[in-house]
Amino acid sequence: MAMLEVTGVRKNFGETEVLRQIDLSLASGEMLVIVGASGCGKSTLLRIVAGLENPSTGRIMLDGRDITSVDPAARDIAMVFQNYALYPHMTVFDNMAYGLRIRGLSRDDIAHRVREAAGLLGLFDFLGRKPRQLSGGQRQRVAMGRAIVREPKLFLFDEPLSNLDATLRVRTRAEIRRLQRRLGVTSLYVTHDQVEAMTLGDRLLVLHQGRPAQLATPMEVFEHPADTYVAGFIGAPAMNFLPARLTQNGGSARLDAGPLLHFIDGRRAGNEGTALTIGIRPEHIQLVPNGVPLRIDLIEPLGSETLVHGRLAAPGETSLVIRLAGKAPEGEILTIGFPPEHIHVFDAETGLRFH
Amino acid sequence: MNARRDPVAHAILLLGVILFVAPLWLVLVASTQDSATIARGDLSLLPGDGGFTAYARVLKGPVPRMLLISLGMALAIAIGKIVISVLSAFAIAFFKFPGRRVAFWLIFITLMLPVEVRIIPTYSVMSDLGLINTFTGLWLPLIASATATLLFRQVFIAIPDELVEAARMDGAGPLRFLWDIVLPVSGANIAALFVILFIYGWNQYLWPLLVATNPKLDTIVIGIVKMIAVETETDWSAVMATAVLALLPPVVVVVLMQRWFVAGLTEGEK
Repeated sequence: MAMLEVTGVRKNFGETEVLRQIDLSLASGEMLVIVGASGCGKSTLLRIVAGLENPSTGRIMLDGRDITSVDPAARDIAMVFQNYALYPHMTVFDNMAYGLRIRGLSRDDIAHRVREAAGLLGLFDFLGRKPRQLSGGQRQRVAMGRAIVREPKLFLFDEPLSNLDATLRVRTRAEIRRLQRRLGVTSLYVTHDQVEAMTLGDRLLVLHQGRPAQLATPMEVFEHPADTYVAGFIGAPAMNFLPARLTQNGGSARLDAGPLLHFIDGRRAGNEGTALTIGIRPEHIQLVPNGVPLRIDLIEPLGSETLVHGRLAAPGETSLVIRLAGKAPEGEILTIGFPPEHIHVFDAETGLRFH
Repeated sequence: MNARRDPVAHAILLLGVILFVAPLWLVLVASTQDSATIARGDLSLLPGDGGFTAYARVLKGPVPRMLLISLGMALAIAIGKIVISVLSAFAIAFFKFPGRRVAFWLIFITLMLPVEVRIIPTYSVMSDLGLINTFTGLWLPLIASATATLLFRQVFIAIPDELVEAARMDGAGPLRFLWDIVLPVSGANIAALFVILFIYGWNQYLWPLLVATNPKLDTIVIGIVKMIAVETETDWSAVMATAVLALLPPVVVVVLMQRWFVAGLTEGEK
């Protein structure tokens, strides 16, 4: 049964359309990650679910109850904020207990729940401290604890890791996932970081300019991006795009750079000469003896692999990034090939995946 | 930089200290001397042989009552101003309501009118309310404060939005949010403002002079002036002793509150 259902949500700020027609459905215990560049409306969507913002149209149901116009406190939703939003004058214990006190839980109940959450998060020794006496990672965990003690039906995460340093972020990311699985709480997680999105989500919603570009599992999004935006957004370094044209029978594409690429997953229904965008990930480009020449701009050694930035000779001097295992070869020119099994075909005009 | 190695800076600072301390020293010294000596103008710079007799003398008179009146008035003004401006700033900073901007600008505009400009209408209102020559009349019209309202508004809008939203999600209603979050977070600012407002209230002169003609309602400041008024027989050592006594409460407030708000500041609450 769907725990959270968002139906036809739109949001306008004056003339600006921030969200256009969002439909979502989360199963109980599922973690859905909303990912997109800044300004795509992902935070607005989260805030609408939280009740901190009202949708212009649309409906939000939580566990069968229409909460569209319910006060945030009465929604049975807890939120972890980007800057943690801890109460600076309260101890860790009081920070976690505050919401419970307002809800009128008994002293014993509160102490029990807070201790349990503190144990879960390794905060037991810090209960008497104030937020300013904690490190960034500890504060982040207090913010999580404040959400956990509420035992809500839905967790909302608003970029909770963006204020942590890189190492801590990776560790906390795994911790969040483990905790979410263990508690089994349905979660909505907003981030601009595609690695977080890939690793944390059961499913991803890629938002682009307030529009849902794709809603699918991380691997599905990675392997079959719905449009060029998603294709370029998910995966690092980003997918390469090459201009091409559809051939006569729709069975292959002729790259402007020369080579003919056969579609191994079937013909495309389209007129000959239809403008296409062929996408290929940096790790899928191969070095082949008689391939397309690529002039090397820059080599970035990453240790176990190497990123090569370069430009195709002609036409249009399309720039490409290649990811090679091991060291970069000598010379200024590489000859490369595009394995047909790894190409993505998009309509150049609409940017949509060409089936 | 070490001031000891810079004689010029050192000298300037010393001069500053002397400028500040000298009048206080003179008052202290004068309070221990014989009134006749002071009246002649032979003021010594060393304490006289009167000791604290002048203090004993004034404390038997109306001075304790004046101190109490002043204390009551200053406290009422400081607390009243803080309560009213916290509430109005809270409304302006956290709520969206029709006329919010208008309200803000109206408050802002009153900043530009000094008390003296509205003192006659204020007097008339107090008179209509029958508050002339009452203790309430002393402080009530002085507790509206545009300055404090604006100050608190600045403090409040500096509170991060996320904190406000976290409290909303925790289920705190507006008043609860004010009491549990806003006030503790602004504690240092409230303490600082309390000091300033207390001194402001303590030093009120024109308004108490107008509104309270009954000597029983004389504040200490007015009391001192009245003691001097009888030019020929001024008991100067009593005046000086009273002045010293009048100085003490504000000093105590500053010292006590300073510890509090400096602690608040250095602990880095925010």
